[in-house]
Amino acid sequence: MVPQDYGFFIDPQRCIGCRSCVGACAECGTHRGRSMIHLDEMDRFDSPQTVPTVCMHCEDPICAQVCPSDAIKRSEDGVVHAAQKPRCIGCQNCELSCPFGVPLVFSGLEQMLKCDLCYDRTSVGHKPMCATVCPSQALLFVRKDEVTNLRHNKPLRDFLIGSVRVKTKNAIMVPDPETPLHLDAALLIDGGL
Amino acid sequence: MSTLPLSQDQLRAQFGPHLNLAPPGGWLADPTPDKVVETHCCFCGQQCGIKLKVKDNKVIGFDPWEEFPFNQGKLCPKGVKRYLQGNHPDRLTKAMKRTENGFEPMDWNEAMARTTAEIQRIQQQHGKDAFALLSGVSLTNEKSYLAGKFARLGLQTRNLDYNGRLCMVSAGAGNKKAFGVDRAANSWADIELAEVIWVTGSNVAECSPITTDYIWRARDRGALLIVVDPRITPLARTADLVLPLKPGTDSALTNGILHLLHKWKLIDWDFVSAHTQGFEEALEAVKDCTPEWTSQMTGLPVEAIEKAARIWGEAKTSFLLHARGIEHQSKGVENVLGCINMVLATGRIGRPGCGYATITGQGNGQGGREHGHKCDQLPGNRDISNPEHRKYICSVWGCTDEELPGVGQSAQEIMNAIHAGEIKGLMLLCFNPLVSLPDSQFTREALSKLEFFVCLDFFLSESAQHADIVFPSALHEEDEGTTTSAEGRVIKINKAVDCPGDARPDWQIMVELAKRLGRGRFFDHFTSPEAIFNELRVASKGGTADYAGISYEKIVKNMGIFWPCPTEDHPGTPRLFEGGKFFHPDGKAKFIPTPWRPPMEVVDDDYPIWLTTGRVVFHYLSGTQTRRIGFLVEQCPHPYLEIHPRLAEKYGLVEGDAVEITSRRGTMVLPAKVVKTIRPDTVFIPYHWAGALSANRLTARHLDPVSKIPEFKVSAVRLKKTTKDQFSPELADLQRMAFEARSTQSQMPEQVF
Ligand code: SF4
Ligand code: SF4
Ligand code: SF4
Repeated sequence: MVPQDYGFFIDPQRCIGCRSCVGACAECGTHRGRSMIHLDEMDRFDSPQTVPTVCMHCEDPICAQVCPSDAIKRSEDGVVHAAQKPRCIGCQNCELSCPFGVPLVFSGLEQMLKCDLCYDRTSVGHKPMCATVCPSQALLFVRKDEVTNLRHNKPLRDFLIGSVRVKTKNAIMVPDPETPLHLDAALLIDGGL
Repeated sequence: MSTLPLSQDQLRAQFGPHLNLAPPGGWLADPTPDKVVETHCCFCGQQCGIKLKVKDNKVIGFDPWEEFPFNQGKLCPKGVKRYLQGNHPDRLTKAMKRTENGFEPMDWNEAMARTTAEIQRIQQQHGKDAFALLSGVSLTNEKSYLAGKFARLGLQTRNLDYNGRLCMVSAGAGNKKAFGVDRAANSWADIELAEVIWVTGSNVAECSPITTDYIWRARDRGALLIVVDPRITPLARTADLVLPLKPGTDSALTNGILHLLHKWKLIDWDFVSAHTQGFEEALEAVKDCTPEWTSQMTGLPVEAIEKAARIWGEAKTSFLLHARGIEHQSKGVENVLGCINMVLATGRIGRPGCGYATITGQGNGQGGREHGHKCDQLPGNRDISNPEHRKYICSVWGCTDEELPGVGQSAQEIMNAIHAGEIKGLMLLCFNPLVSLPDSQFTREALSKLEFFVCLDFFLSESAQHADIVFPSALHEEDEGTTTSAEGRVIKINKAVDCPGDARPDWQIMVELAKRLGRGRFFDHFTSPEAIFNELRVASKGGTADYAGISYEKIVKNMGIFWPCPTEDHPGTPRLFEGGKFFHPDGKAKFIPTPWRPPMEVVDDDYPIWLTTGRVVFHYLSGTQTRRIGFLVEQCPHPYLEIHPRLAEKYGLVEGDAVEITSRRGTMVLPAKVVKTIRPDTVFIPYHWAGALSANRLTARHLDPVSKIPEFKVSAVRLKKTTKDQFSPELADLQRMAFEARSTQSQMPEQVF
């Protein structure tokens, strides 16, 4: 069981685009060689901003709702697991419906795989692999009550995506509106601080 | 003549770089290890703790080492995938000689005999100093120490230097002048407690990624962050203030700040008068450095300069970090001293939350500059020209003063002397000068002129391709020893697996060669790395870098010991200068004035654009290791030219276009990466590649007069839009390799979960 009082806090503001998370995810014992985390470059022309995406482990996962063969299970501790092999028919419904773009159907396997919060690690008291290695701790796995002491930006676990409300186990750290953004060297030279 | 035995294409086909994509046995092999070894990353100066999983004498993966205090399990992608360098198809396992048809395996004994004979022949014909040794600071402390002793007493040459010369020597020289000692003043623990963090000339996110978390932890407590760099790096993106100054103008900025600190009465006079010397002279040198003057020099707005001075000046605690951006210049030492003057003037050093450090770049960048494999230095950071220091080392080594050579030439100067035909023979140890020295065409010409060239390496680096004899040496995980991290923490590297084939640890190769050269009496007792370390401890005793009280056991027990540590019962020294005590004989720090002068090469009508070079997070230095690791190559297969849209527009360039870049040394064609995050008068190229893709084709051999560091960070170039058929075949090769790596991963065999 993954302890209920632990949470995964994702802070894109801190992300340095190093892809340690992507590299390390592929190294854990369960889905060897394949990474379950995505790292997106937003628009390199404008900014070095990158964003990591892991499964948010929704409270009422849409991926599971749309799965025709009931292959996606959410365990009692709130972890939404990869599709079960004997059931998964590789239909890609989950891939298409997840609001965060998480599940991936691997063609060689004809099976959906997704982040399962490193169940082999988190169920025995470790942090997920990606969160352990993340050099700037853009991926943070701690006791939920610790976050307020560690960070001054706020966790968000309740999303309104279009008209659909999605509540999640994992949280996104919302950027502090006070943080300045410097994205164009020319503007800084021209005097715009 | 050490010309290439085969074409570069043929050499690439035989010796790589090829990519290693999966652990030994593939991804489906059982990942359960026989044993797990606690050790450290083989790459950058932060030396993250890592556990290597070993099965059947092969490293099959890693586990984060969360108990290790510096990185607590965190790793950058190089650390994550470092284990793939082991069991690599390109790995050298036999001694080799160069023939007309390429490299041929050779009997070890025969290789030793030939090497010994050639060294002796050259030295008899041209004098002892005609044979040089160049070593690297990825070596352990033990090997650095041994390389210094081996050159002086084994080869009996004064011409010995190290590739730290291309890295942190400016910082070292500046620190010694100002503080009397060359080490980060504080452990990184003080970063977290600082109110202001000033990062200059350091792309922390990519070159020392773990440090970003220390900085963020301080920011979470309310610290302000100032970043000085011509590029807006991933850490700078959200900084409180970013100062994208013109390349080569760093000391103009620090002078301007010192001017304002004085004008605005933000000087800590109590500290300055009690603990420093020379402040009046330093002030005198900046009296005309008004914000307007500084703005004109640096290309930064006056308000930004004033804001920086205000934030820095008004803080109670602060940490200043710098790296190669300010050090890789012909004014590297002055840039460093400019920073130190800012730190000293505000008295923010030697107490909690206050600190100053250079972030060492290479694995053992710190330790590598302490144990005497620099041409001007003896172990313990002793000075080779100082009679007292020489006397002490002679007593440890059991030699006479006549037997101990004097100051030799520095790395670039050795290459110049090879080119000029003055140095005829070279031994290269863990160094790839063809990629890492400036003006690479010149370096290639020089290497081709050598009468005899022997290399110790585990992959056939581009430089080793010129060698006459190559000895296969050990990977990081195949030997034990110690290194000293950027913080000044001495840590223990543990052996995980044995060397394959005939490969042997470099220290064994040096000891054997010394014996064959008839110098065994100085080296016979080195039967293990620990035996070397124990002599190093004695040799460093009483020097500034004092390791006398550090033992292997003590390091392991405490997860590292900070030097100085003079006695067995001493706990080590994480924070230097407590109570304002510095290492000069009078106990005071010295302000050194840094009057402004321009870089050695400036832009003009022919070469109107500044070029600066640096790293990406996926590669390490000359790429000998990282260009062989599939995942890393996939993320960043080849170099590119970073250019601001304003400048790109002027040349009609859009993303991906081919652009020809020409300096006074050479020319290359790269794809353009159009980004707003660089100054519009400056372009950037990452430097990890070789041949047609080497950024160092363009850079100049200008040296800092004190540290002899080359000016990698400032050159003048011109640009021309060209066509994609001008891209070198190497670029296409790398793109293809990265593409294949990606598709191999996605077509992995069926596997049931
Ligand atoms: S984030 Fe996507 S994959 Fe994860 S539980 Fe929610 S819907 Fe499913
Ligand atoms: S490891 Fe962390 S910093 Fe690096 S890309 Fe992933 S989330 Fe970003
Ligand atoms: S390269 Fe540096 S930051 Fe990356 S894992 Fe190794 S020591 Fe750590």
